Amino acid sequence: MLLTLTNTQPPATDLGFLLYKHPQNVRQYPLSFGIAHVFYPEADEARCTVCLLVDVDPIDLVRGKATAIGGGLLGQYVNDRPYAASSFLSVALGRVFATALSGRCADHPELVSRPLPLVAHLPVVAARADEGFVTALFEPLGYHIEMQRLPLDAHFPDWGHSPYVALTLSGTVTVKTLLSHLYVLLPVLDNAKHYWVGQDELEKLLRHGADWLAGHPEKARIARRYLRHKWSLAREALARLEVVEDEVPESVTETAATTETAATDSEMASITVEEAAVEAPLSLNETRIRTVLAELAAAGVQTVVDLGCGDGKLLSRLLKEKYLTRLVGLDVSVRALEIAADRLQLERLPPRVRERIQLLHGGLTYRDARIEGFDAATAIEVIEHLDENRLAAFERVLFQCARPGVVIVTTPNVEYNVNYPFLPTGQLRHPDHRFEWTRAEFESWGQRVAAIFGYAVRFEPVGTVDPTVGPPTQMAVFTRDVEQGGEA
Amino acid sequence: MNITIPELSLVVLIGASGCGKSTFSRRHFLPTEVISSDYCRGLVADDENDQSATADAFDILHYIAGKRLKTGRLAVVDATNVRAEDRKPLVQIAREYHCLPVAIVFDLPERVCRERNAQRPDRNFGPHVIRNQLGNLHRSLRGLEREGFRYVYILRATTEVDAVTIARQPLWNNKKAETGPFDVIGDIHGCFEELGRLLDRLGYQLDRSGEPWRLSHPQDRKVVFVGDLVDRGPATPDVLRLAMAAVHSGDGYCVVGNHDLKLSKALRGRQVKISHGLAESLEQLGRESEAFRAEVIKFLDGLVSHYVFDGGRLVVAHAGLRAEMHGRGSGKVREFAMFGETTGETDEYGLPVRTNWAADYRGSALVAYGHTPVLNAEWFNNTICLDTGCVFGGQLTALRYPERELVAEPALRMHYEPLRPLAPASSGPLSMQQEADDLLDLADCSGKRIVHPRLGHSVTIRPENAAAALEVMSRFAANPKWLVYLPPTMSPAETSAEPGFLEHPAEALGYYRRAGVETVVCQEKHMGSRAVVVIAKDEAAAQARFGIANEGQGIVYTRTGRRFFTDAELERQLLQRLASALSTAGFWQEFSSDWFVLDCELMPWSLKARELLTRQYAAVGAASGAMLTQAHHLLAAAGARGIDIGELSASYAERQRDAQRFTDAYRRYCWPVSSINDLRLAPFHLLASENRVYSDQTHLWQMAQLHRLAAADAALLLATAYRVADLADEDACQNVIDWWLDLTEKGGEGMVVKPMDFIPDQGRGRIQPAVKCRGRDYLRIIYGPEYTEERHLSRLRRRALGGKRALAWREFALGLEALERFVAREPLRRVHECVFGVLALESEPVDPRL
Repeated sequence: MLLTLTNTQPPATDLGFLLYKHPQNVRQYPLSFGIAHVFYPEADEARCTVCLLVDVDPIDLVRGKATAIGGGLLGQYVNDRPYAASSFLSVALGRVFATALSGRCADHPELVSRPLPLVAHLPVVAARADEGFVTALFEPLGYHIEMQRLPLDAHFPDWGHSPYVALTLSGTVTVKTLLSHLYVLLPVLDNAKHYWVGQDELEKLLRHGADWLAGHPEKARIARRYLRHKWSLAREALARLEVVEDEVPESVTETAATTETAATDSEMASITVEEAAVEAPLSLNETRIRTVLAELAAAGVQTVVDLGCGDGKLLSRLLKEKYLTRLVGLDVSVRALEIAADRLQLERLPPRVRERIQLLHGGLTYRDARIEGFDAATAIEVIEHLDENRLAAFERVLFQCARPGVVIVTTPNVEYNVNYPFLPTGQLRHPDHRFEWTRAEFESWGQRVAAIFGYAVRFEPVGTVDPTVGPPTQMAVFTRDVEQGGEA
Repeated sequence: MNITIPELSLVVLIGASGCGKSTFSRRHFLPTEVISSDYCRGLVADDENDQSATADAFDILHYIAGKRLKTGRLAVVDATNVRAEDRKPLVQIAREYHCLPVAIVFDLPERVCRERNAQRPDRNFGPHVIRNQLGNLHRSLRGLEREGFRYVYILRATTEVDAVTIARQPLWNNKKAETGPFDVIGDIHGCFEELGRLLDRLGYQLDRSGEPWRLSHPQDRKVVFVGDLVDRGPATPDVLRLAMAAVHSGDGYCVVGNHDLKLSKALRGRQVKISHGLAESLEQLGRESEAFRAEVIKFLDGLVSHYVFDGGRLVVAHAGLRAEMHGRGSGKVREFAMFGETTGETDEYGLPVRTNWAADYRGSALVAYGHTPVLNAEWFNNTICLDTGCVFGGQLTALRYPERELVAEPALRMHYEPLRPLAPASSGPLSMQQEADDLLDLADCSGKRIVHPRLGHSVTIRPENAAAALEVMSRFAANPKWLVYLPPTMSPAETSAEPGFLEHPAEALGYYRRAGVETVVCQEKHMGSRAVVVIAKDEAAAQARFGIANEGQGIVYTRTGRRFFTDAELERQLLQRLASALSTAGFWQEFSSDWFVLDCELMPWSLKARELLTRQYAAVGAASGAMLTQAHHLLAAAGARGIDIGELSASYAERQRDAQRFTDAYRRYCWPVSSINDLRLAPFHLLASENRVYSDQTHLWQMAQLHRLAAADAALLLATAYRVADLADEDACQNVIDWWLDLTEKGGEGMVVKPMDFIPDQGRGRIQPAVKCRGRDYLRIIYGPEYTEERHLSRLRRRALGGKRALAWREFALGLEALERFVAREPLRRVHECVFGVLALESEPVDPRL
């Protein structure tokens, strides 16, 4: 990776004094992850450019000399880390220009506080599709920004753009300030850190951002991303910034804590977040849960199995219903079940509550004796995650083998998608949705299933009903025919 | 006294404290066969006499006894057992596992017990204890048989105890030593003529010249009747005559059917309802001699409920038998074997509705049975019903074992009007097995599993890997009925010491030379995506063999069992073109099959890997190109200023070239796909077709067949280039190396080296079925743009292959096992077990770059 800094204030070579690097020398600095070279491609009275060139050793990073997490720092040898500006560059910068960053210049102390016309150039900066964020980070700090998106592959124009830009920042600032901006903001832009983030990172952020971070309009995002989404640290950072500057409204911290809550790396969580993002203004999820709770209460059931329970949102509400004596949540994702166990605080429940609930790992297309014998089964926003031609197996597993008295199924109403402004026409609400049905399609499916397996079925809307396209979510409530009995 | 006990029974010793039960059991039984209450007390309380531990001790005792009986082992209970309530749970345990309880009672004088206890310092209880125990014992004596003990032996003196000998008697049904071959014949019901014709077709000779008749077979095959020899048909006496002759001479076996039992009752003059064709039997037998009738009664009464043959691999019972009842001998077993299990309801014809025990059958033994007439015999979960209603005008069916072939003789006429018309075993277009296979049971694949493929050793699937496989299967996999195979992973050759190379053919060839392989087949490795193609002649053929309706004539799926194409129309066209090619090449006729499974590579890579390409490969290409170019310029500028930048300039020039080579490397495998004309399919294994898995053919044969196929549609199908090398011939090996260098310099991925035999090393698993040897530039996609720098290479050369190779072998064995099971028409769960296993093993953490 590569960074150049150019000074055009004569005598431009003063840059050498400020950085403690002689323009005629080439110097090497060993780093834990490679080696940094410093040299000057140009150095005269009018213009002086220093280049920090960092060789990252990808082999060591993959093979993980002595690092803790998951063996190496990188999962892949084929990796942009040796090339794109990132926390590696930040660390190199902190090490190579340590003195300048701390604002010392023994020989020419008068230079330290003198703003100079400086240009920083980074040929490869990760900026995934949000060039606006680059502007939002650097513009408030007074820089003129030039950005050029790198092509992904000239041979395949239909692959689109690369996630990188070449970035040039120009401004009249002190060298120390420019370095501190880069030191903090490069990892923020890259949104990945190659090392473990702990309390000392918080101290670094506050030290290097002391002069400017508190006044930065994006300070919440900077703190979160710098601290790698460690929420507790990010909150502490913001709290401590407020001490520095009193007029920051309290709501900022609130927003920071709530807007991007469920930030886990699990696929299930991201599904939830994305779906929620599409449907958020209507608080559809809450409506859905309340509708299902009301149906179950009305049906007078005592035992419920939640198929595809995910991270346990419905379960946690069902657990509060005292009339339910036995609850089982089943999901195919082990990770989702772990999150559910956390959400439900399974280990901390009093024994009498704990014995009412159980989480099971299982697939919906396999017959499973453990889900037989329940009064009710719920499949909330689940069927659309199955391939349509695997639905037949699910139907038999649920309606023929498990055969609960009541079955509640909800699924998106695709007609309603026209009401989601963010959703391009024809696109489903989530990438993992294999289908989304119209009301007619859902009802014809429900009628067919009910007829085959001996259930009665009715359909109910969930959420605000649009007069033309119907509700955002549709629900089918199946009730087992009494004459058919409990046996398939 | 001679005491005879069944080899599998629960022996309950009954006697007061000090009567010598423990000494007795030590003398006659293995220490592990005896469960003593004292010992169990010790287990829970560290004191064999701690009476407060009694309840817990007996829990343990009962538990151990149950486990032993469950696994088919004799158990002896050494406790006083003097009260009926002590014995009741024991009788229940014996019943639960269908074993017979045996009582051995020690009715010895009180004095003897007292004296013996007096010699033992730990037994300091008062005299009343023994007196009470003896009182209880005496009160029990008469009721033991009523309590359920089938054998009761009472020992009344110490001399008698000392003189006991115990004989263990094999159960009547145990014919495990009898290995056949057999011909198992379905319900005959007096159809003697058809029976004669069938036996004739099966190669038997029946000598009717003398009394008794004599049945023999030139290959010493034995006939096994599933029961219901009698009633309804025209010639019950002759059928009996034949069966009795075969059984008495040892050339045949017969199990009891419900009609046989009822006839014997009727003949003995018991009150039975004369119905369901019994009248015919009685009338026909009435014309026989008194002596013959007596012989018939004796024969019928001696018939056993079921037989276990051939080391436990074949079980014959009239109405079938649950796995846990095989080789057991309780009244319940006999009841089930004769009548099956009914729901208690009756159908519209007034006949009892039967529960289908075979649907849940998971035993390893083949169960052949009859009792329920169906139009045709059909395999179902390794069971088969051979009652094809001969007497109702159907046919008489025989199962040849171990060949597993069916031979059927049509009825000459309808001898008896059926209450319910004969119907096929399965009602819809699917077979019974296919219908049941629509639903796999989680219990058949989750948790820790041990799979036993015919190649190599058994494979253990750990629960966490099974969980990962379940997630992939449930969320992404195609209909499991299509998934009859998943390809194994493949190990690379050892790393090369050749400068600039990480992999080189010399190591691959050397690997097989050292392993003792004589000839290898080196195949060009295509760089696309792995694709398994299952293809049938048409949709009807696919439905008939795979049991899948409305999903077309086949499927293309990935190495993880996911549908390859999201564009269904493109897949349909590809399959259609391939089917035409198979027709043109004459494969359908030549291999007498209307389906094939092919292992292929499908190009271009960018079709499937677009996401990976844009997110990772092209991105790294873009980043490295931009950064290294700029670095090179800046270094040049510094050099032009007269700064001594040393090696840096040259090094960055080379790195810039490496970055370009990396981009060139992936670009070769990418091109846009707008129609089927842009696809290339390279089949390299012809895996299976009807009745055949082609793992017995050499790779040379494989290549010859597939080149023939490729020639039939050269626009779509790619013939894989290959070279054969005799490993002892240095020139041949050098030729292969030169060929590889040429291939890879032109941008090829490399090659796969396989031993001539598809299954090397007779399947013992020491030799890899294939190793890959990848090109220098291709490996940039794996190890990064600049891996060829010697400072990187020297470290990359250290890589361990052991884990990868063990995995490759286990997956290879499981993949072939899945095909073998599918071809043998085993239930889907048995095929799925192997496929699921491959997927589970793939979740093992192994260096993904190998």
